[in-house]
Amino acid sequence: MANGFVDRERGGWTSMIDKTVRSMAEAMAGIADGSTILLGGFGAVGQPNALLDGLIEQGATDLTVVANNAGTGHVGLARLMELGRVRRIICSYPRSVGSVVFEEMFRAGKLELELVPQGTLAERMRAAGAGIPAFFTPTAYGTKLAAGKETREINGRHCVLEHALPGDVALVEAWEADRWGNLTYRLSGRNFNPVMAMAAKLTIVQTQHIVELGALDPQCVVTPGIFVNRVLHVPYGDPPL
Amino acid sequence: MPDTQKADPTEAKPLGRGAMAARVAADIPEGWCVNLGIGIPTLVADHVPVEREVIFHSENGVLGMGPAPAKGHENPWLINAGKQHVTLRPGGSFTHHADSFAIIRGGHLDLCVLGAFEVAENGDVANWATSENDTAPAVGGAMDLAAGAKRLWVVMEHTTKDGRPRLVQRCSYPLTALGAASRVYTNLAVLDITPRGFVVRDMIPGLSLEALQARTEARLHLPA
Repeated sequence: MANGFVDRERGGWTSMIDKTVRSMAEAMAGIADGSTILLGGFGAVGQPNALLDGLIEQGATDLTVVANNAGTGHVGLARLMELGRVRRIICSYPRSVGSVVFEEMFRAGKLELELVPQGTLAERMRAAGAGIPAFFTPTAYGTKLAAGKETREINGRHCVLEHALPGDVALVEAWEADRWGNLTYRLSGRNFNPVMAMAAKLTIVQTQHIVELGALDPQCVVTPGIFVNRVLHVPYGDPPL
Repeated sequence: MPDTQKADPTEAKPLGRGAMAARVAADIPEGWCVNLGIGIPTLVADHVPVEREVIFHSENGVLGMGPAPAKGHENPWLINAGKQHVTLRPGGSFTHHADSFAIIRGGHLDLCVLGAFEVAENGDVANWATSENDTAPAVGGAMDLAAGAKRLWVVMEHTTKDGRPRLVQRCSYPLTALGAASRVYTNLAVLDITPRGFVVRDMIPGLSLEALQARTEARLHLPA
């Protein structure tokens, strides 16, 4: 996204690429009801908590959320579900210590669940980002998670047809970002974030550090800016121990 | 780790969780790349000496995990798939989730060690749900690991707490993968899964084959 603005020093119009946004409202602008939201993070690490709070504030509803876990306590994703804003969740490990909101709402029939093996979940999003509409995998063949799906024997192995999983919006947490949207991640905070960044029409990033264009070692960029639309600086520190 | 199980003094003494993990660790050769599941499998890493170069993988994108950090030295950004804080050995690296599961699904892991509810004599494994209508099921990476690793070993108690066999002819719980397991380590024995079914490789001292068979639903075989 190129933001046109007046360059005061040169006094003319310029339109350099600048994906950084100044406010949460700007970061969340235009997320529509009924959207599919890809939500990065694994456990408490690499989870874009500030963007989740921004989404809660923004108000979009009837959402499908794709995430590895289904939230804990009454904050973040759990809060979004508790407010009745999530129609459907697609995840691999919804039940964990503290996933009380998910468990209550699922049992009460207030939340649809699509349970997907974790590798199939990641690959379905990778496929979406790479323009692959569907693929065959041996994972889950013969189990209830493959029930009703097309199967085929390929090179002597039974496989299940899985479809790409694109998002309307990805919410991502990065460690460093520049104004082109090039991203690095912190240790195991990488997890689903780069995959989701590729797979959505609108990728919104919260980053611990904003650096000058050219400051990132090009060989260490994990997500090139081509996959990123908006970058918000959220220097919150470390995840809780 | 002390054995906390109550045993009839006239019977052989079943292994505790730590001893089961140590038994698995003894069979992992240097140079293998290994993924350990949650529970007893996680303990296996503690029994592989640091000087033996085994590369431990965690499905959240950590390759080359080291021992658990000392209290107060945890890195908040470095966790494993069980969401416990871990360390990284020199040579370790990070991948994103799709590449981490390419390691798993692409057949690059030499071994995966998982816990299970049941293992059948044809290698079927059930480890993720305890009934067809589990109210809030969770599968994680179990199906990818079971289908993708070069070998799958299962480590689990030989029977349930109320004495029901877990080594069965056919699994009764929902399956994780078909024909995937090649070996089972229990608190009583080590068994290979072969075209003949379960073949007893090793038993705890003092246990007879008859006593082991009495705790096993599937038929046991001796090595040919």
